[in-house]
Amino acid sequence: MHYLVLGAGPAGVTAAETLRKHDKTAKITLLGGEPEPPYSRMAIPYYLIEKVGEDGTYLRQQENHYQDHGIDYVHGTAAALQGKAKRIKLTDGSEIQFDKLLICTGASPITPPVPGLDRDGVYNCWTLEDARHIARLAQKGEPVVLMGAGFIGSIILESLALKGVNLTVVEMGDRMVPRMLDETAGVMLQQWCENKGVRVMTKTMISEVTDGPEGLTVHTKDGDKLDAKLLVVAAGVQPNIGFLASSGVEIEHGILVDHYMRTSVPDVYAAGDVCQATDFSTQKAEMLAIQPVAVEHGRIAAQNMAGKVTPHEGSLNMNVLESMGLITASFGLWMGVEGGDSAKMVDLENNRYLRLEFDGNKLVGGQAVGLTEHVGILRGLIQTELDLGPWKDKLLKSPERLPEAYIAVSHGII
Amino acid sequence: MQLALVIDPGKCTSCKQCEMACAYEKEQTFNPAKSRIRIFDFHEEARFVPYTCTQCDEAWCQQACPVNAITTDHASGVKIVHDNLCVGCKVCTIACPFGTINYNADTGKVIKCDLCGGDPACAKACPTDAITYSDVEQSGFEKMKAWAAKTDAAAQS
Amino acid sequence: MAWTKKILRINLTSGEITTEPLNMEWAQKYLGQRGLATKYFTEETDPTVDPLSPENKLIFATGPLTGTCASTGGRYSVITKGPLTGAIACSNSGGYFGPELKFSGYDMVILEGKSPKPVYLSIFNDKVQLKDASHIWGKSVWDADAAIKAEVQDPLAHIAAIGVSGEKGVLYSCIVNNLHRAAGRSGVGAVMGSKNLKAIVARGSNGVTVKDPQGFFAATDAGKKVLAENAVTGEGLPAFGTQVLMNVINESGAMPTRNCRDTVFEGAHDISAEAMAEPRRSDGKANLSTNQACFGCTIACGRVSTIDPTHFTLEGEGKDRYKHASGGLEYEAAWALGSATGVNDLDALTYAQFLCNEHGLDPISLGATIAAAMDLYEEGVINDEITGGLKLNFGNAEALVKACELTGIAEGFGAELGMGSKRLCEKYGRPELSMTVKGQEFPAYDPRGIQGMGLTYATSNRGACHLRSYTVSSEILGIPEKTDPLVTDGKAALVKAFQDATAAVDSAGICVFTTFAWTLDDIAPQIDTACEGGWSVDKLMEVGERIWNMERQYNMAAGIKGDKDTLPDRLLKEAAKAGPAQGLVAGLDKMLPEYYQLRGWSTDGTPTGETLSRLGL
Repeated sequence: MHYLVLGAGPAGVTAAETLRKHDKTAKITLLGGEPEPPYSRMAIPYYLIEKVGEDGTYLRQQENHYQDHGIDYVHGTAAALQGKAKRIKLTDGSEIQFDKLLICTGASPITPPVPGLDRDGVYNCWTLEDARHIARLAQKGEPVVLMGAGFIGSIILESLALKGVNLTVVEMGDRMVPRMLDETAGVMLQQWCENKGVRVMTKTMISEVTDGPEGLTVHTKDGDKLDAKLLVVAAGVQPNIGFLASSGVEIEHGILVDHYMRTSVPDVYAAGDVCQATDFSTQKAEMLAIQPVAVEHGRIAAQNMAGKVTPHEGSLNMNVLESMGLITASFGLWMGVEGGDSAKMVDLENNRYLRLEFDGNKLVGGQAVGLTEHVGILRGLIQTELDLGPWKDKLLKSPERLPEAYIAVSHGII
Repeated sequence: MQLALVIDPGKCTSCKQCEMACAYEKEQTFNPAKSRIRIFDFHEEARFVPYTCTQCDEAWCQQACPVNAITTDHASGVKIVHDNLCVGCKVCTIACPFGTINYNADTGKVIKCDLCGGDPACAKACPTDAITYSDVEQSGFEKMKAWAAKTDAAAQS
Repeated sequence: MAWTKKILRINLTSGEITTEPLNMEWAQKYLGQRGLATKYFTEETDPTVDPLSPENKLIFATGPLTGTCASTGGRYSVITKGPLTGAIACSNSGGYFGPELKFSGYDMVILEGKSPKPVYLSIFNDKVQLKDASHIWGKSVWDADAAIKAEVQDPLAHIAAIGVSGEKGVLYSCIVNNLHRAAGRSGVGAVMGSKNLKAIVARGSNGVTVKDPQGFFAATDAGKKVLAENAVTGEGLPAFGTQVLMNVINESGAMPTRNCRDTVFEGAHDISAEAMAEPRRSDGKANLSTNQACFGCTIACGRVSTIDPTHFTLEGEGKDRYKHASGGLEYEAAWALGSATGVNDLDALTYAQFLCNEHGLDPISLGATIAAAMDLYEEGVINDEITGGLKLNFGNAEALVKACELTGIAEGFGAELGMGSKRLCEKYGRPELSMTVKGQEFPAYDPRGIQGMGLTYATSNRGACHLRSYTVSSEILGIPEKTDPLVTDGKAALVKAFQDATAAVDSAGICVFTTFAWTLDDIAPQIDTACEGGWSVDKLMEVGERIWNMERQYNMAAGIKGDKDTLPDRLLKEAAKAGPAQGLVAGLDKMLPEYYQLRGWSTDGTPTGETLSRLGL
């Protein structure tokens, strides 16, 4: 048996390890597209601010980890899948034969159609290679523009701010992180960043990048001109599915998989950012490009590949973000459901916010700003679908009593 | 036999000695706000519940960690955060359905119960044996874990 | 170390909030909490001040062991000039509020002046604010607690608040923290109300450290072991609470009954700890739901109770709030609301206790005042017209709870009851029916049956009180050694020793109940390893004696002199009718001169210059 795992991100690494756990003898190949040992993009912002060295971003810390687990970690990029022949062609012309394949090739940053984004001094913040360029240019006091204040943009924002650059953020939406934070939280975050000296421009977009006195001049559609040494582009990501063009693998936004993480092609599975799998909250196939989901996908896909039948009941969408010291998190259907009750605790003075969304007597979504104690309980209550009983009314009045509610309900104290 | 913190809320008087012992052990100060264990008071129901990490087998925190900064000690089952590796990304804090791994802004790292290396200060400090460090199988602790397992997207192997 | 060494000072008149370093020279002489705050208070406040005027100050003070792992290290005290007595007042409370204040970074809060409008004080570490309380003025302690918690949006905040009784100046209104722990005596709640201060909310995340951690753990562990192995603190109090005393004291013939007409209460068993533990017929549950500890306490004597769901007190509208568990009966409350009034209905007493918590009333003074009113009513001095229809016969449970409800909101006859028994009995021309010393109702031990308590009540600096020298320990329980409760011999020295030691304990941040098991030999090492300054037993006794004399001096200057060191005539002249003390009166005259002499006071009870200079006063 030869398992081929395409992609050495969290999904791929977890899958390779899980395969080994369930199949002691099979050949396992883990194919990575970047030169470094498998690393975590989540850790790049912390590498940028030198909180960790490059090795601190690695997914596994033990030396010879892959060797010790009998995983062949090889370098290469897939060019095409020949499903019937059970073969992957690589960009260097070579081929790999497999018995079962897991596609977890992840996603890549989108480069919007803006003139001038090909200039020197314009970078994504996606790979370690990108991070090295950014680290070089983002020196204290230098003018830097960040395109996009989405989830990734806002994480990078913290690193850039900590490096002491003179930072301007340009976001198309009406607030920061519009896909993760509601208006209250988004505005809270924006004010927080502005109070810390970051210029935040919303409802506008970058229309062109030209040469400028500092290296670049960034033009917005409203006519603002921002001189910059560095422009970091964080305009979203798209799944890496180009190599699947004529493979027969069914694709919508990403690779469509069933409850067992199988694609439409036999013996081909998919996991992580590249795939469109069941969302716990909607029970529909969604793109949930986040680390814990990638790990969950990778593990479940591998179990199924190894013959341990494990249905995927759906992953919970959730995110956590720190922006210059302000921590925000969102879970599940944070925007609420029709006919469901909603509760908000707003403490502008102390930059705290908690929003809870209910469907009947169950919690289905939530959002937290400035809270660090017991935040995971939001996940616990949503995913265990516990009936809150009399605690729901208490939460409607005082959402901040969430930990009490969780413990009461789980301990039968009602 | 695997030892674990076995919590019997029926014996708890809410004296907070566990919180102080924990805070002192971890932060060298009597400061319940920094404790890894917390007693929840349910005044109207006359119940007090000490609450901390169950060192669950699923180890959502560990699985979610992008840099392998949380490991399991295989002898004791305890999940340990390695401060030298933790980048402070907080993914574990949202992944843990119990909310028992939390971010400490003072250090930029996450903190959780680590059973004090096999000699938990809270259990030693508890005057009523509401918290003991004993055989996992003996108590309702397993029930709590089983219930929590519902959080997973799929059964664990 | 141990002290945060910082004081918060709030001028309620101007709204000015300042911090200042703790006077460490004073800390070495007065330790903390009761002693140190009284030092600040007496230095800053004119003894002749009207207690309910803006010129009076109000201090919330913790001790050095507050917020540490020392067992019971969770206490705070409120120091002011008491409106019930006109004397120095110092009321001690447990729960979780005191440590939270300390974790916020302060040893004490000194409140001055009077706010122009109702406010509450919010202390979140160094973020200290006076916030508008207009919307919670007029609410009960319980409602205020809930409203403030919701407003600060923090379930972990701890709140000390007054009820309507405090707002309206009920002279024995208290300050309730954590819903059912109270700085209970002498009317400190009325002082808070007079300042337009509804509540203090605290939440802190600063730690407390100690001088010698290893030594401190050794000393506190040893202390905890002593408490655990002692029959009273290790078994009696956790299982039965202070209510363990109900049958014991009754059998000793020292149960003040029906306003001290009797010394034995035939209904004592019905309202005892044993009764609280018995399953009731209606729902098969016991009155006692569980015991609860205050912060850091390894004894856990606190009672959490429910009322029988079929009891008359739960009938009718608006009673939902009393239908769940809450702080239940302690011995003093069970006695005052029960034995003193002749009521043996456990659920009525529990309900009355809930009302005391909800409205912020001292159950001792409330029960004793109702008992005095019952005496007046039975004597025909007051009638239904005066009481508003309350049939205040001894033993009438319905009248008792109605009286409690009215006093909680200071309405109807409740407003008169809110004056306390001294003013009530004086108003109706029968001052001798008030069982008070220096205006304060005395508690649950009849001095005819426990002679030492007579001297205790007579000489207590805050008016009659058992917690200033609990000689019951020795005279009934044999701690540290048994003395005969029916004799006066040796009691002067016993009282003095208890008074001085207790003053030191009350200044440390720990609970006086530890002294059922601990002596200063157990306590000194805990303080010494926590605090700089070489805290030996001798030093603590000296500090205790210094505190006692400082309080005495303040009272003297306030016009409360030796002539007030007395007891009601009923105790001095009417012999006990039955029980072990039958035929005895309180032998105060046999003890008081010796006591003055032992104290180094003149024959009229004035501390001599020599004594004062010996103590550095």
